[in-house]
Amino acid sequence: MNPMEARILDELRTIVGDRGLISSPEELHTYECDGLTNFRVMPRAVVLPNSTEQVQAIVGICHRERMPFVARGSGTGLSGGALPVENGIVISLARMNRILEVDFPNARVVVEPGVINLDVTGRVSPQDYFYAPDPSSQSICSIGGNVAENSGGAHCLKYGFTTTHVLGLEVVLPDASLIHLGGKTLDTPGYDLAGVFVGSEGTLGVATRIILRIVKRPECIRTLLAAFPSTNEAGAAVSDIIAAGMLPAAIEMMDNLAIQAAEAAVHANYPNCGGLLLVELDGPVAEVEALMTDVNEICRSNGASEIRAAQSDAERALVWKGRKAAFAAMGRISPNYIVQDGVIPRTALPRVMSEITRLSQEAGVRVANVFHAGDGNLHPLVLYDRRISGQEEAAEALSSRILELCIEAGGSITGEHGVGEDKKKMMSKMFAEPDLATMQRVRCAFDPLQLSNPTKVFPTPRLCGEKPGEYVAHPAESEGIAERY
Amino acid sequence: MNAPTKSEAKGLHSALRYNFIAMVGNENVRAATAADTIGGAQPKLVIEPGTASEIAEILRLSNEAGLAVIPRGGGTKLEWGNPPSRADLILSTARMTEIIEHAWADLTVSVEAGCTIQRLQETLAQHGQRLALDPLWPEKATVGGVLSTNDSGALRLRFGALRDLIIGATVALPDGTLASSGGKVVKNVAGYDLPKLVTGALGTLGVITRAVFRVHPLPRNTRSFSMSAANAEETQHLVLAVQNSKLAHTFLQSHFSDDAPPVSDILFEGTDAGLAAQEAQLRTLSAPAIVRDASTATWTAREELWTLSEPASTAIAKISILPAEMARAMKRMEHIANGHQVRWRALVYATGIGWLRLEGKPGSLRGALQALRGELEGQSCSVVALHRPEKMPAFDAWGTAGDALPLMKAVKQQLDPKNTLNPGRFVGGI
Repeated sequence: MNPMEARILDELRTIVGDRGLISSPEELHTYECDGLTNFRVMPRAVVLPNSTEQVQAIVGICHRERMPFVARGSGTGLSGGALPVENGIVISLARMNRILEVDFPNARVVVEPGVINLDVTGRVSPQDYFYAPDPSSQSICSIGGNVAENSGGAHCLKYGFTTTHVLGLEVVLPDASLIHLGGKTLDTPGYDLAGVFVGSEGTLGVATRIILRIVKRPECIRTLLAAFPSTNEAGAAVSDIIAAGMLPAAIEMMDNLAIQAAEAAVHANYPNCGGLLLVELDGPVAEVEALMTDVNEICRSNGASEIRAAQSDAERALVWKGRKAAFAAMGRISPNYIVQDGVIPRTALPRVMSEITRLSQEAGVRVANVFHAGDGNLHPLVLYDRRISGQEEAAEALSSRILELCIEAGGSITGEHGVGEDKKKMMSKMFAEPDLATMQRVRCAFDPLQLSNPTKVFPTPRLCGEKPGEYVAHPAESEGIAERY
Repeated sequence: MNAPTKSEAKGLHSALRYNFIAMVGNENVRAATAADTIGGAQPKLVIEPGTASEIAEILRLSNEAGLAVIPRGGGTKLEWGNPPSRADLILSTARMTEIIEHAWADLTVSVEAGCTIQRLQETLAQHGQRLALDPLWPEKATVGGVLSTNDSGALRLRFGALRDLIIGATVALPDGTLASSGGKVVKNVAGYDLPKLVTGALGTLGVITRAVFRVHPLPRNTRSFSMSAANAEETQHLVLAVQNSKLAHTFLQSHFSDDAPPVSDILFEGTDAGLAAQEAQLRTLSAPAIVRDASTATWTAREELWTLSEPASTAIAKISILPAEMARAMKRMEHIANGHQVRWRALVYATGIGWLRLEGKPGSLRGALQALRGELEGQSCSVVALHRPEKMPAFDAWGTAGDALPLMKAVKQQLDPKNTLNPGRFVGGI
């Protein structure tokens, strides 16, 4: 280690204490990747602040030293958003895990970024409230990570995404200044920068305090499983439910391979069929029961062979356990797999599904499908065996091809997992150059030196002040502060 | 409409004027008249481009020439925000009214910025759908104008505001860039959420040329009720009890004034069976308050509050408070109104967003607004003045933007470095 690094490490240690600094190679391995394990970069150090002031002090050093940083929550992300960057440090928010304020009359909760998603609901459920965004990893993922990724979940069809439920943020900007975006009240005067920050994948700064909205639990929740011969019939039922003017709390779909895996992993007692639909309605009892009758009828008329309503909370929990375990369950039926995340307009489902099937057969690579069917969010799981020569490459090619199908159908390359490191090359397939250049300009307002998670999201990093197409030296570059890359 | 003569459009470089005419046609460029005045500033030209590319090109040329551009949709809310520090050109979206695609089975619609909300709703209704938003003056207000002013009404409680309904946007920037972000699917986290950035930006960052929205089904049936209370505290109690209940209401709004006890209106949507059950629960919950069927005026309460028969002695403001602070804010309002000798009434939603109408002498109106802002801003609430009488002493429309103002200015600097769009109209002099 060169003397400069030792000096910086000492300074960081002074801020966070011995236990808040990780710098030994063996311990750093834990942080070299997030939930997407095929990208790995060793950070120079990991710091674990326990207050906003400590985050500011750390970011201040990064700014002074022109040293990039990556903020990290629980590290469950699936797009490499928390992947360290070369020569940078990782700021883990895991120790900032306090729920600071619970305000039931106004339905607001104020948390630090390291608070676990499900712990917010845990804290407010005695008063019959819940925190609506529910990514499948909700028992381990952090609110700060959810903010970075604008996480969704099965129930965002009705309740919206993280951005719907974040009203305000305290943010340490990459120049170490502390600002407040949004607030406890709605429509604070000025630009909706809280709306821009949520989902910016850690590229605009570090959130240190988050004001959340909580929601009153509905009077009842009814969950129904319907077994169809294939995903086509299940998809047609979804379209009919939407066309009937209903907005279910969730509509999930699994194909046969996904059902088999979920069964093997958690014995959810799913019917064995070609296309399984899970429909959840919530609200006032009389309303939900009237609509459930309609959903039943729609499923039957679209060829459901079996329709089953969860009879108890325990049954409902089991139904969801199978669905939420679906990704991890793939390990039961395949040694390796890629979790894909794409979005299509729901009506394109039959076309895209048959194309995925065709491509899968052509490539000799199996694909299991789990969908948030209500909003067209596909999670194809591309199964392969790394030990068989050529399979990994074939799986990756197929996985990318599926995203292209999503773009061709008018959809998106990511519905909830983010772009991160994984999909930045796909961004230029979804957006034109002026679109990306405009986003970069917004980024330059927040982070002119590009220190905050600098290598993510965008396919071609550009220095701030640089015009697309022509090269103008950035002030930082002329001063020898930054180099072009 | 004739081409501007030299005298009509003096001050505008003639070559530039003829560039505009060559681009959009003689009939779509006219000299601005007194009717186009905005906050005391007299623009020189009104241009009505027909395409997004034309908007981008006009912006680029204006930006290069150092002209100030005022984007305009239906012109219903042009007085919102501060008066512009400069105004040379009105860039109207009046010709850009196409509903590009209503993908009804996907619950999305893509629409040009100049389409009125009413026409959009009529089109959506053909497939039993709606944009779940109730902005002011839908027959005139346009998609672009409603987005830029972030105007939402009572339905926000259930469906969120524009930020929750917009899923994609195309924006023309002053340097001629035409940038799209978001997309046409409801769930999408690719790239920055720029549709939210331009929502509520009052046209100071770019001109919205196209928007994509998620849409909702029209309700099967509706029932609405009104409930009277003796005073603000009782109303507060009722509103919080409803919010803390299992009722699935679509809106909940309360009327306050200096001459009548408060009244709250509630709307339910759903099946007949569901509505009957909710009505019964509401009656139990709100007893002893009397629950009666709401009059149709409930639906137009906000527009009614905005009726400007005496614009010279009326001020209208949007307030944002914490829902549980409603009674306290109304008591403060009453106290301040008495002190400044102004009449007042207010419409406050359960979200904490409210609309305040004050009547009195211009100087008193300013005093009352200043006093209210002083009290509310201390509690992270806001008072934004939307209509101010011409004779009212200067009063910033927005109030403080807090410690994020330097960042907001940096965003403005990135997208509109020459201050071409709506100069001086937004927070902190932006």
